Amino acid sequence: MILFEALTGAAGAKEKTLETSSGCSSSACGSSSGPDDLAPEIWAKVKDHPCYSEEAHHYFARMHVAVAPACNIQCNYCNRKYDCANESRPGVVSERLTPEQGAKKVLAVAASVPQLSVLGIAGPGDALYDWRKTRATFDAVVKDLPDIKLCISSNGLALPDHVDEIVAMNIDHVTITINMIDPEIGAKIYPWIFYQHARYTGLEASRLLHERQMLGLDMLVARGVLVKVNSVLIPGVNDAHLVEVNREVKKRGAFLHNVMPLISDPAHGTHFGLTGQRGPTAQELKIVQDACEGGAKLMRHCRQCRADAVGMLGEDRGQEFTLDKLPETVAIDFAKRDAYRSQIEAKRELHAFARMAVKPAAETALARAPLTVAVATKGDGLINQHFGHAKEFLIYRADGAGVKFLGARKIADQYCQGGLGEDSSLAGIITLLSDVDVLLCAKIGGCPKGELKAAGIEPSDDYAHEFIEPSIAALYAKRGAEIPADA
Amino acid sequence: MAFKIVASQCSACGACEFECPNAAIRMKGDTFIVEAAKCTECDGDTPRCLGVCPVENTLIKA
Repeated sequence: MILFEALTGAAGAKEKTLETSSGCSSSACGSSSGPDDLAPEIWAKVKDHPCYSEEAHHYFARMHVAVAPACNIQCNYCNRKYDCANESRPGVVSERLTPEQGAKKVLAVAASVPQLSVLGIAGPGDALYDWRKTRATFDAVVKDLPDIKLCISSNGLALPDHVDEIVAMNIDHVTITINMIDPEIGAKIYPWIFYQHARYTGLEASRLLHERQMLGLDMLVARGVLVKVNSVLIPGVNDAHLVEVNREVKKRGAFLHNVMPLISDPAHGTHFGLTGQRGPTAQELKIVQDACEGGAKLMRHCRQCRADAVGMLGEDRGQEFTLDKLPETVAIDFAKRDAYRSQIEAKRELHAFARMAVKPAAETALARAPLTVAVATKGDGLINQHFGHAKEFLIYRADGAGVKFLGARKIADQYCQGGLGEDSSLAGIITLLSDVDVLLCAKIGGCPKGELKAAGIEPSDDYAHEFIEPSIAALYAKRGAEIPADA
Repeated sequence: MAFKIVASQCSACGACEFECPNAAIRMKGDTFIVEAAKCTECDGDTPRCLGVCPVENTLIKA
């Protein structure tokens, strides 16, 4: 019944992976974007970008350099004196870099991280308002690293002024943070904007921001730049509204929509943090993301990394590359980078085979109720993590159409602490997974097994060390076969 | 009269330096300072530096 075994052989599933792949563990996510459902010229642009292609995010790393501190708006979720957790921009607390330092850091990382494919500038302020610094950094890097992809994230207010230069520099990925298309809602998010040397507040500010964001989006799409839209989900403010944002940006040609949860804590000193505006639960986020399906394609694997993050999407190696640790001169081994790319292509084929097996298995299940499955994994697309050691769970849904990755949910503390199970961690895990039907892992102890079962979450280690999607498809098909057709 | 920057509160984003029409603001050490002689307080209009500064009560009258 397990088709994938015939394709890859049992050895394939247990194959030890590249030493470098230690980050995100999902083997396919979102509305699977592969070569089949994308125009060839677009696939060529996104295939190696870990944020724009969910498939690429298993193999490639991105880094951000925090070289653009000046910002032209104030958002209620940002405290400029604190590392902003929402827009992945550290503020002044952590290391801010001059363009020269930024370029040096990029080269040092490229030399020791052969899977580095993207350099993004996302802050800590606004990459387009602080364009001089953004441009200087990119110019310096491109000279020594011509194969790197350049990427920018911005609030969009200053975007229309820089589209020509963006295109001239071959920056073919731009992210705009669009939290609203209705200025009334915007007024609850943005206390002020600074435009053409003057500060605007209230409705007028949001109206201006909205117009400039739409204009910028239109201009980029017209010039063939791939636009991702980031939206911060703020319960009670824009949760019902984001589906309208999704439809509007799709209409205007945005490539991807990334709905991210608000991160809010009074300790951050942000307006939302201090006034008790909470972020969404994992279930609330899923509801909004699901509502957006069918419009602009959703990105489900965003990890809200820091603006100075380095590495594959599930990891951050930033601490290895702080200024004080950078070598004086850097020599990049291009042969090593090329060799890595070849290895990647081989791995990609293996995973593609495994995913191909998923569809036929799911089809046999016909129109059963969908199954929500949580998976404990430590990488390579395998169910290879012990329940007690899991720091996060990948959530999938299986239904008549196939197996789909919905997102990753982090837990505060892993269950197993120094060899003993922690009850409070388990309670937290149960809440986090309250909408899950089945939990797949490599191994699980008797006590948590009982608690999960009592909470309606069925744990199973039947598919230990198998590929994720084929296992879920097989499980779903098996369920369908067990239930009488008229149940 | 001129404006000045409260150094302990300045987040050193540099937006004020960018916006100043008289180039009266520059970086000094880890923060920014206003050169009083060059500051015209934007000739009575709402000062640009004050408008863009993200930290409250950091750009104040000297």
